Amino acid sequence: MSAIVHKRGAYTARLDGRKNDQMRPIEAKVGVIKNADGSAYFKIGGTAAYAAVYGPRELHPKFMQNPKTGILRCYYNMMPFSGAGERVRPGGNRRSKELSHVITQSIEPVVDLTPYPNAVVDVFIELTETDAGSRCAGICAASMALAHAGIEMKDMPAAIAVGKIGDQVVVDLTGDEEHFEGGATDIAVSVLPLTGDITLLQMDGEITAQELVKALAMAQEAAKKIYKIQTKALKDHYKSEARQ
Amino acid sequence: MTEELIAKDKEIVVPGELLATGMSFLPSKGCYRQGEHIYAGRLGLLNVEGKVLKMTPVSGRYLPHVGDTIIARVNDVLMMGWRVWTNSPYEAVLNVKEASGEFIPPSSDLTQIYAIGDLIVCQIINVTSQNLVDVTMRGPGLRKLGSGRIVNVCASKVPRIIGKNASMVNMLRDATGVRLHIGQNGVVWMSGEPENEIIVTEAIEIIEREAHTTGLTDRIKVWLEKQKSRIVAFEKVAEEQQPETGGFEGGGFREERGGFRGGGQRGGFGGDRGPPRGPPPRRGGF
Repeated sequence: MSAIVHKRGAYTARLDGRKNDQMRPIEAKVGVIKNADGSAYFKIGGTAAYAAVYGPRELHPKFMQNPKTGILRCYYNMMPFSGAGERVRPGGNRRSKELSHVITQSIEPVVDLTPYPNAVVDVFIELTETDAGSRCAGICAASMALAHAGIEMKDMPAAIAVGKIGDQVVVDLTGDEEHFEGGATDIAVSVLPLTGDITLLQMDGEITAQELVKALAMAQEAAKKIYKIQTKALKDHYKSEARQ
Repeated sequence: MTEELIAKDKEIVVPGELLATGMSFLPSKGCYRQGEHIYAGRLGLLNVEGKVLKMTPVSGRYLPHVGDTIIARVNDVLMMGWRVWTNSPYEAVLNVKEASGEFIPPSSDLTQIYAIGDLIVCQIINVTSQNLVDVTMRGPGLRKLGSGRIVNVCASKVPRIIGKNASMVNMLRDATGVRLHIGQNGVVWMSGEPENEIIVTEAIEIIEREAHTTGLTDRIKVWLEKQKSRIVAFEKVAEEQQPETGGFEGGGFREERGGFRGGGQRGGFGGDRGPPRGPPPRRGGF
């Protein structure tokens, strides 16, 4: 067996020509699903997420009800055709179950559902295109959709992937960058732009403490930019409606 | 310390947006304070009343409040009343005691009074901390609704659909001859010529979409003028006051009560409390 030895190469320029602290182009829209109480679309580069909020509504089965507060349930789902060529089997799997869970946990701290005891707010996140950073795109879409649904929330979480490719600390990795042969680290971060609190932090790979600090600082900057885009999308929705 | 209003009055603000700095401002509904700053706690239209910052929701589900007159649908018939859908996350209960001004004998067939699927105009009389809701049918304007069309809108936009002194509702009715009832839970009931009902539905959609803008009644007036060719001939409807503004049409209410009287069973009149006439013949089960 001949071992292929990769040269631990230097990653000098990004594959798509971006700067290290530059995100892929972002597109955000609100009110894309008519029947939902709130909905949003968030596209960052080759990753696109739709989020639809239903509720607060009655929660069944009854044993799941919480008489003190309403509960939040997020569902993450990748479309079968969304990936880079390979078909994802429809329906839930272990990965989507984990992501649904971490997305719920990253949004829960900002929403106030105490006015809705025993009720549930369902957030359905569908990924139509995926090119890395899908949980982050899902969180961005979900927070916009929840705001659009009129849920009381302190802040709108903005999430972004940061990481290390070769020896470069970068923001918003693409799928190709994640698979860089010289080694890549991918960290999903969800930030509350107002306070800078982090509600999601997951890492795949390895990184030094100094680099992690640098990466998180980049995530904070990026989250502020995303928050501005989310804000603009929500405000534009009501502006464009008035023009019709 | 600076005292400054950062967001503008009558503007859409988003969660987490800085509205004002300084301790002299007061956060009210939908806003919250953190240190010296006041932030938006939800998406909505900002109202600045002096130093009080308040939010008017532009979306969101209806939450029941005591005193609201709502349009509900009978979902289930219980032992001692009805369970009704209220366009909110919570169902309400209409007790037999509250079903009409008249006495309903314990053995009555409740479906004869309100059957599953019936639409009723009712008033919320109690909401508990767990949002258990009680409604009543005893009051002016509270009645069963006949056949018609139902449109759901956001509850916070109901005042715009009614308009100042019911100007919007009156305009829609006069233009199309469609009878309208608007519940504070955002359920709009209408009945008229089917073609005209569609026009009213479209008008309501426009109002809902543009509820946060000014000069809406005038714009709807212009819009209705343009739709004139689509409006079919109709019989003029007499002015019908909304339950919100008090008052009701005697006819409808009487009719309902008459209907109930026919349906109620005579047996057991007087109940267990023992009126002078002596105990009624007992029925099985008790």
